[in-house]
Amino acid sequence: MARSPAVAATRPRFGFPRLSRKVAPYVFIAPAVILFLLFMVYPIIYSFILSFQTQNDDGDLVFNGLANYQRLLGDSKFFQALGNTVLILVVQVPIQLSLAMLLAVLLNSKYLRWRGFFRAVYFLPAITALAAVSIVFLILFQDNNGFVNYVLSLLGLGPISWSRDPFWNQVLIILAITWRWTGYNMVIYLSGLQGIPGDIYESASVDGASRLTQFFRLTLPLMRPIILFTTIFSTIGTLQLFDESYLLTRGGPSDATLTVGAYLYRVAFQRADFPYASTIAYGLLVIILVLSIIQLRVGDREV
Amino acid sequence: MINQPKVSSALPASSIKTVVGENGLWARTGRVLMYLFLGIGAFVSLFPFYFMFIAATHTSSEVLRTPPNLLPGSYLFDNLTKLIKDVGFDQAIYNSILIAVIFTVASMTVSSLAGFAFAKYKFKGSNFVFGAFLLTLMIPAPVTYVPLFKLMTPDGNPFGLNWLGTLQAVILPGLASPFGIFLMRQSMRALPDELLDAGRIDGTGEFEMFWKIVLPVMRPTLAALAIFTFMTQWNSFFWPLVAQVKTIPTAISALRGSSIIDYGGIMTGTSLSVLPILIIFLLMQREFISGALAGSVKG
Repeated sequence: MARSPAVAATRPRFGFPRLSRKVAPYVFIAPAVILFLLFMVYPIIYSFILSFQTQNDDGDLVFNGLANYQRLLGDSKFFQALGNTVLILVVQVPIQLSLAMLLAVLLNSKYLRWRGFFRAVYFLPAITALAAVSIVFLILFQDNNGFVNYVLSLLGLGPISWSRDPFWNQVLIILAITWRWTGYNMVIYLSGLQGIPGDIYESASVDGASRLTQFFRLTLPLMRPIILFTTIFSTIGTLQLFDESYLLTRGGPSDATLTVGAYLYRVAFQRADFPYASTIAYGLLVIILVLSIIQLRVGDREV
Repeated sequence: MINQPKVSSALPASSIKTVVGENGLWARTGRVLMYLFLGIGAFVSLFPFYFMFIAATHTSSEVLRTPPNLLPGSYLFDNLTKLIKDVGFDQAIYNSILIAVIFTVASMTVSSLAGFAFAKYKFKGSNFVFGAFLLTLMIPAPVTYVPLFKLMTPDGNPFGLNWLGTLQAVILPGLASPFGIFLMRQSMRALPDELLDAGRIDGTGEFEMFWKIVLPVMRPTLAALAIFTFMTQWNSFFWPLVAQVKTIPTAISALRGSSIIDYGGIMTGTSLSVLPILIIFLLMQREFISGALAGSVKG
């Protein structure tokens, strides 16, 4: 490349390393690639190998075929954790996303004042540490003398045994997740709604479509890609749920709120059964892939 | 939202207007219901914060009193002193700040450099490497937990690292974020090539160009990504727990069921966790929201 020597001489250099255009991209991606190989590619491969190994009597790791995967299929604790996680998933995700959509539609209303205030307030829970939130909920939902049971008693209800009754323990964890994530999804929906041009609704109104019809016939179809994304995102997040189960309920009474993530933590870091923990992780990977593919298929077909 | 009722056409036009018009009975009732609903939602969103900050100024017995005490108390300083003197909470605060700041700066550097290379250079293997990064976006993090943990312990570790309990054990594994690289690449693709070519003709080096031309233009994206990264790292619980590093979230977790610190003290700890992010949020709400939205288009 032609360089004017006069310009090069007068320009202070600040010691920037001079790279040719050919070499530069390799230097630029080098830090990312090195970190990626060491902390992503290596663990993914090693974990896969580990999932086919078991520890023999001498404490050495030996290949054992599909033994770990057979153990996984017969592991009632794993299926209990998976059942708990799926239960939280099928109850919580629809509630959370419907609520987020309702709030987004209300916040998008042209009659609403203080939109910025409401948006900020609903988004607030999403910025907090789950560790902190879990402990706050733990105190608010104490069986004896907890604030929520106190409010319920004013209404002539309860007291509810949040920590000892498996059902209410599951309700508690669902409430905590809904509180944390509804506003986040609402902000995503709101930005999608604001991208829909208003004249579409005007012509629909002229044609005599009611607000409700407009919502189901216009808004929902236009929002489909965003709804699909939030559904998959929430599903993946819920399947990996750990913090709430570990901190808020400690797995709950007779493991009623033990999630797959919390079970994996128990196997790996409390029992130090690393090979089997890797098998659980790969089992989770398969489940997440299958569910994502199903959701993509269903989401596409309804177009 | 109110579903407008069908009104018989026999009614005079003026009376229809007072019932269904913009300021009619139905519309007004609808608006009252809307504000009521949004108000209740806002209360539910905010109350745990209020309760937490108030509880931080009380002792356990006040926190769990019936009816609850919802006015500020005078134990904040006592709670804070106990946290620092008895469980060394200042160490957790120090670690959390150091980790979040170093992680954010380093991760921005790694992501923007790689994003720049993928967006603006043609080089051998570029598609393959970028594709590999994207592919790992689909792999759930738990798959990497066991090998990463073993990588940090001297036992059975191919690289001879002994990092449990150290800051680099928390900082290094997540630095090369596929999401960050993807986001930087997407926004840098919009940069006009002429801008870079003009720089090259002026004799500007490739790295200098990245630093002086590209990064300043990318400031809004960088700000959103930096805030998102800082928040995620500040709030992160699982990995510091496994890597046995004392941060604010792991310290709070250790306080649960502790006999030394009561609920008032724990709420002081959680307040210290939430307060910095809350302040940044109030100051930089726009960047927070666009960080969240950037996360939503990563698919």
